[in-house]
Amino acid sequence: MARTTRKSATRKPVTNTRVKRPARRRPASRVLILVSTRKGAWLLHGDAARKTWRVDGPHFLGHIINHLVLDPRDGRTLLAAAKTGHLGPTIFRSTDLGRSWKEATRPPAFAKAPEGEKGRAVDHTFWLTPCHANEPNAWYAGTSPQGLFRSNDGGVTWDPFSVINDDPQYRAWMGSVQDGTPDGPKLHSIIVDPRDPAHLYFGMSGGGIHETRDLGRTWTSLVQGMNVVEGFDAANMAVHDPHCVRLCPSNPDRLYQQNHCGIYRLDRPSNEWTRIGRNMPKHVGDIGFPMVVHPRDADTAWVLPMDGQTVWPRTCPEGKPSVYVTRNGGKRWQRLDAGFPKSQAWWTVKRQAMTADAQDPVGLYFGTTSGELWMSRDEGKRWACIARNLPEIYAVEVAAV
Amino acid sequence: MKVLIPSSLLSYTKAPKVEASGATLTELLADLDRQYPGLRFRVVDEQDQMRGHMRFFVNNEQVFDLSHALRSTDEVYLLQALSGG
Repeated sequence: MARTTRKSATRKPVTNTRVKRPARRRPASRVLILVSTRKGAWLLHGDAARKTWRVDGPHFLGHIINHLVLDPRDGRTLLAAAKTGHLGPTIFRSTDLGRSWKEATRPPAFAKAPEGEKGRAVDHTFWLTPCHANEPNAWYAGTSPQGLFRSNDGGVTWDPFSVINDDPQYRAWMGSVQDGTPDGPKLHSIIVDPRDPAHLYFGMSGGGIHETRDLGRTWTSLVQGMNVVEGFDAANMAVHDPHCVRLCPSNPDRLYQQNHCGIYRLDRPSNEWTRIGRNMPKHVGDIGFPMVVHPRDADTAWVLPMDGQTVWPRTCPEGKPSVYVTRNGGKRWQRLDAGFPKSQAWWTVKRQAMTADAQDPVGLYFGTTSGELWMSRDEGKRWACIARNLPEIYAVEVAAV
Repeated sequence: MKVLIPSSLLSYTKAPKVEASGATLTELLADLDRQYPGLRFRVVDEQDQMRGHMRFFVNNEQVFDLSHALRSTDEVYLLQALSGG
């Protein structure tokens, strides 16, 4: 959809000699919600007020869509990481906002192992990140099991990126299937520093967080200060389980992380994470999956707590859904639950299934594994369910169109 | 030889029965991929292993090895396993 602009209102002449300029208005843009589910993808087109939503879907009915992302650089290319219950993984690409799709001719795949050795096979592409603004048509992909790939042609062909996939040290750090999620271990949270395309981060569940400043020629790990499950040795990279890492668009030297073991903040040039989740109320805890950062205020971030006690239910603590916000970098957290059910609501929200738009005030969006899509138009003060009866939601992204 | 295509792969072949040739299953799949680009990677992975929820039958007998020899009169069935979906 084309960006629309409103004309400035006509003003009466003023009587004094100073000429007032009309107030500059932010160009109007609409929000497009991209919902990835276990059974297909849906696009929800919003009106200017983010009050009504036109549902467009399903796309790829029955396909497992792990991630659906719009290229912010051209505003019309969509990439969908897909597989089916029977078929292997692939990437679908649309250049007309989902009206038509073409399959990648070479989806992410590991290198064939030498004779006599056992190689790995990509089960699914889990995470898609567009490359830097000055690398048009380039994308990164993170897979399950953990692998890092790059496309330089808008997602048509993919190749392993850097040494990660087959480097013996990284392979050891990736661990085995026992060191990953119930759905397989993942490479996720691929982050491109907006100041420098050679500066990247990614996370692995399990396997920690890693950083390069030279476009993947060399990497360093970034796990100082991160806790691991009691009993495991924090010196073992494979047991570090960051769930979701985000870089603040307004301050690229600040990152927030939701980990299996708490909420953290990192301020570069430090290499040590601080567990800001210790300031969350004890009866709620600081376990969860998604991490959402404010587009313009690096002190503000939102989390959605999940119960991580005993058998790790991963549902709303006490059956009472809540989002928590910090406005001071994690020193204090405030509960936001207006509009949510007050009890017996046992939601799970996956790490990619919560996001924010860049409007003012910021809109927040999340999808549950029970197929509900919720949003807030006022940074979390009030919430409303905008879609129900969807399949299990894997990821929610928003884009300005 | 005749190859029966499961419903999940109809988006590639547009037809439930196609013709392909090869002295082994490996060669047959290469021919199918040549005719219908991308099909092979959906049923065989990058380590040349049959994907877990696909089944390969030759003349009604399940085959587990891609080097299985084929004759031009054989009928090959690619089937979706009940474990998938």
